[in-house]
Amino acid sequence: MQSPEQKTSDGNASRAARQGAMALLARAETGELDAMLARLAPVPSASDLKPPEVGLVMLRGRTGGDGAPFNLGEATVARAAVRLEGGAAGFAYRLGRDVRAARAAAILDALWQDAGRRAAVEDTLAPVRERLSAEADAVRAETAATKVDFFTLVRGED
Amino acid sequence: MYVAAKGGEKAIRNAHALLAKRRRGNENLPSIGLDQIAAQLTLAVDRVMAEGSLYDVELAALAVKQARGDLIEAIFLIRAFRTTLPRFGSAQPLDTARMLVRRRVSATYKDLPGGQLLGPTFDYTHRLLDTSLDSSEIRSTESSSGVAEGAASSVARSVAEIMPRVTDLLGEEGLIEASPADDGGEPFDITRAPVSFPVDRATRLQTLARGDEGYLLALGYSTQRGYARSHPFVGEIRFGDVEVMFEAPELGFEVNLGTVQVTECQMVNQFKGSTEVPPQFTRGYGLVFGQCERKAMSMALVERALRWQELGEEPGAPAQDEEFVLSHCDNVQATGFVEHLKLPHYVDFQAELDLVRRMRSEHETEMKEAAE
Repeated sequence: MQSPEQKTSDGNASRAARQGAMALLARAETGELDAMLARLAPVPSASDLKPPEVGLVMLRGRTGGDGAPFNLGEATVARAAVRLEGGAAGFAYRLGRDVRAARAAAILDALWQDAGRRAAVEDTLAPVRERLSAEADAVRAETAATKVDFFTLVRGED
Repeated sequence: MYVAAKGGEKAIRNAHALLAKRRRGNENLPSIGLDQIAAQLTLAVDRVMAEGSLYDVELAALAVKQARGDLIEAIFLIRAFRTTLPRFGSAQPLDTARMLVRRRVSATYKDLPGGQLLGPTFDYTHRLLDTSLDSSEIRSTESSSGVAEGAASSVARSVAEIMPRVTDLLGEEGLIEASPADDGGEPFDITRAPVSFPVDRATRLQTLARGDEGYLLALGYSTQRGYARSHPFVGEIRFGDVEVMFEAPELGFEVNLGTVQVTECQMVNQFKGSTEVPPQFTRGYGLVFGQCERKAMSMALVERALRWQELGEEPGAPAQDEEFVLSHCDNVQATGFVEHLKLPHYVDFQAELDLVRRMRSEHETEMKEAAE
């Protein structure tokens, strides 16, 4: 039997893993989400807990980068909430207005919560993780190529 | 008082059809795609997102196309669109220390940890028109393959994952004022409540972040020319991608919504100190959607100038006048009020005309009487 402490730490680990999966689902392209659902077929039918919709989230900054928050401006966000037949509820929030992608991401979030399918969902997420990581590496390499070493010139007046 | 006019429906319809025709231009040329605008007119799109106060690249590209490249008109379209959507909530403040940095320079430290990364910049270009960008010419310099000289071999000197801000370095020595502490309170939102002056720093920053680039550039420039001189240095400018974290109400935990691009400017300014505070550097802060460096710098200069009272400085310069600066920096409000002058004012003007005629006849009578 598990002690309550173990349960909590398992819960936290599981939540962190779900957050990691949702972060990838938020950044996956529509085509990638469709391909993931195709690989995971058959997928139980999903009903909307509420209709997928587009709305706004207010983005904030911090004064001086690390101080008190202020409102910077809004961003469009698509969200979806579904329940799989005989399964879990899944949610998705993604920047942008693609509600179809949000619904696909919510279905994948619901599938992820099924312990029996989690490993398969994680497998389909791997290419997205690799693509994002390769893109970030490419940006870092491009940026690193523009790294300069300024040097100051001593003026010969004395 | 403005009295509305009626009629002209057919003329208005025809004018709008003509506008659509002129927008399309020469039909022998392909219509410009939103993906092309988003990918090749990036900085126009960024400005529309910043001043439209809505981060959505596709919508901003659409607005640029619909507005025929008139960016203030495009910003107006974006502002109008945002009012049609519900708000899901507010994100956690963006963590610019964890930015995927695409550009980062400091004018105060040449050897700062993480290094000086020029990124895609117009700085150090010769400002000579490049005729090779004309698509009828050979596309030698336009090709992006020539860009990354040595980039492939630079994995070893790749960019750090977390880059300390220059202000953090100064802060460790206590040489710069600390940022105002986060007391956990909700920042004022100018889109939800009417502003009454004086306002707090968060309100100023929100107003400036969506303010007109040209207006803030002029005001920032004025501070350099001696109106509210604050001897600024660019502590740091960084541009790149930051993650948006949002606590979803139905989940009860934070979710990552994806990334947005922002430009941050830390302006470092002199401060001679006071009875309570020893001499130290002070800060002006700029944060803007997209790659909008001129705007972020101007915002930081003006933000610093507006802090004169808090820092016990002499008032009197235009850039220090909070009510004046903030009430006039929104280009949608400004263009609305200026441009409404061209709408029919026939009834107002008729009243003015009658008044002037009456005054003239009274004046004539007075002159006659005086002559007699």
